[in-house]
Amino acid sequence: MPLELIDRPDLDADHKEGLWTLNFGPQHPATHTTLRLVLQLDGEMVMDAEPDIGFLHSGFEKLGEVLDFNQYVTIVDRMNYISPLANEIAWHHAVEKLLNIELTARCKYIRTIFAELMRIHDHLLCTGTCVLDLGGATAFMYAFNEREYIYEICERASGQRFHTSYTRVGGLLYDVTDDWIEMVRKFCRTFPKAYRDFAGLVMKNRIFVERTKGVGVLTREEAIAGGATGPVARASGVARDLRRDEPYLAYEDFDFDICAAQGGDCYARFQVRMMEILESLKIIEQAIENLPAGPIYSAGTGKETIPDKREVYRSIEGLIHHFESIMPNRQMPAPKESIYAATESPNGELGYYIVGDGTFRAYRARTRPPSLLHFSLFSRMIKGCMLSDVVAVLGSINIIAAELDR
Amino acid sequence: MTNTTASSDVGDLQSRLSGEVPGVSLAWSTYQDQTRVVVPAADLLSVLQASKKIGFDQLTDITCVDLLEYGNATDRFEVVYLLLNIETSERLTLKTYLNEPDLTIPSATSVWFGADWLEREVYDMYGIIFAGHPNFKRLLLPQEFQSFPLRKDYPVKGRGERHNFPVITRAES
Repeated sequence: MPLELIDRPDLDADHKEGLWTLNFGPQHPATHTTLRLVLQLDGEMVMDAEPDIGFLHSGFEKLGEVLDFNQYVTIVDRMNYISPLANEIAWHHAVEKLLNIELTARCKYIRTIFAELMRIHDHLLCTGTCVLDLGGATAFMYAFNEREYIYEICERASGQRFHTSYTRVGGLLYDVTDDWIEMVRKFCRTFPKAYRDFAGLVMKNRIFVERTKGVGVLTREEAIAGGATGPVARASGVARDLRRDEPYLAYEDFDFDICAAQGGDCYARFQVRMMEILESLKIIEQAIENLPAGPIYSAGTGKETIPDKREVYRSIEGLIHHFESIMPNRQMPAPKESIYAATESPNGELGYYIVGDGTFRAYRARTRPPSLLHFSLFSRMIKGCMLSDVVAVLGSINIIAAELDR
Repeated sequence: MTNTTASSDVGDLQSRLSGEVPGVSLAWSTYQDQTRVVVPAADLLSVLQASKKIGFDQLTDITCVDLLEYGNATDRFEVVYLLLNIETSERLTLKTYLNEPDLTIPSATSVWFGADWLEREVYDMYGIIFAGHPNFKRLLLPQEFQSFPLRKDYPVKGRGERHNFPVITRAES
């Protein structure tokens, strides 16, 4: 057989006896969390891959029908725990749309800053760990150094580093302080240098580039029909971003670009993520310098939002207000309607479909997880690649099993 | 956020979709900026194909709601399709109602292949059967699982599936 034909997958595909099966996961360091792939291999070439998921299924959507709109925020930030606040913002974005609540300008700006910090947070981890899986441990450490600082920013605002539970219906748990603003400013000053170090280690690393270029290609048509969103779709040439196309929060006020690439391979997805980090930084810089003063809770009938903690402790009106918005038989009724609202989370379109039944809790709280749609495209991307490319493709679509299985 | 919807847009969408599927009774409604249309289950596939034809090239999500305890609802299950036009950012919510014992509707995998896992998840959680799906089985839960846990008659605490697992000791394994 001529040499160039040996690697033609279609020649050997019919001879099933030549194929062997490999179980990848559920416990494998490069799967990051628990997910399993059943790979059909011809030598080292992947002929077929069947993902087997559900190891982390914890009934989150059932819990969403039991907890009220404010309580469920503690569950949503455990879905994509790489960027917890992005989930909280998406959840309350949908709730506020259902209840028809308009946020105050300050609340919108703070949420925007956090959403963009989370995008940087998520992209750093995604890129860093994939480089780690491909053998480059150094860049990963640089990424984690910056993530650590973002954790501190979260802690200063909410009191929690990781599962912040920071948003509330119509507002935020606490207002931010001046030293928090100073911390964000310092991040904007120091981050560009750290980014240069990190990008230099990754994007010009010849081993990394050769292991990701041309690997795991997703065409534009596949991305659209398969439901891909976010960086995965933009790397395949779908220039769509909810921040620009369906503006929410304060995104209309800022000047930023949408990053897209044509390749559709792992390298294109990394390029898109790396460029998006810089755009996010641009948004944060604009938002922190123009942060409006004023209240963080929207003024409405009063029942939809929780009063400021100082009011609750120091005045009888505040305490009554608190009581009215917390007790299940006195809370604001949600309309008997259904709504779908989505935000551009770091991973893609993260939406919630909520059905209200006249109480302050969801009758049905469906999460539209970007990871699920992206992972369902995995077997298309990996066909014809080598066994060692599996970790590169897995890393580039940023699968978070807690969000995948919920 | 406003309650007003550009009614001309909705009217335009209505006439475009109705023009593709003449004779199908479509019930339209809006809430906030969301346009919804209720489709009879028998005509679902033709309406989905028509929606793709008029520009809804991405299927954002498929989900289901169990209306067992929902106010004065007369139907049991509501299957929801969220569609999106990539170019114009126009969205359409398509709903269909199902009642026991016939919980079968046609699969949308032939229209958008992204429906694959979404339909499997709806089956997994609600027991809705999607006829014509190429690889129809549970997605998240074990294949031998008996119930459909997101149905309202399934208790939040579960039915002891987890606690009744056989315990295998190290000596027996």
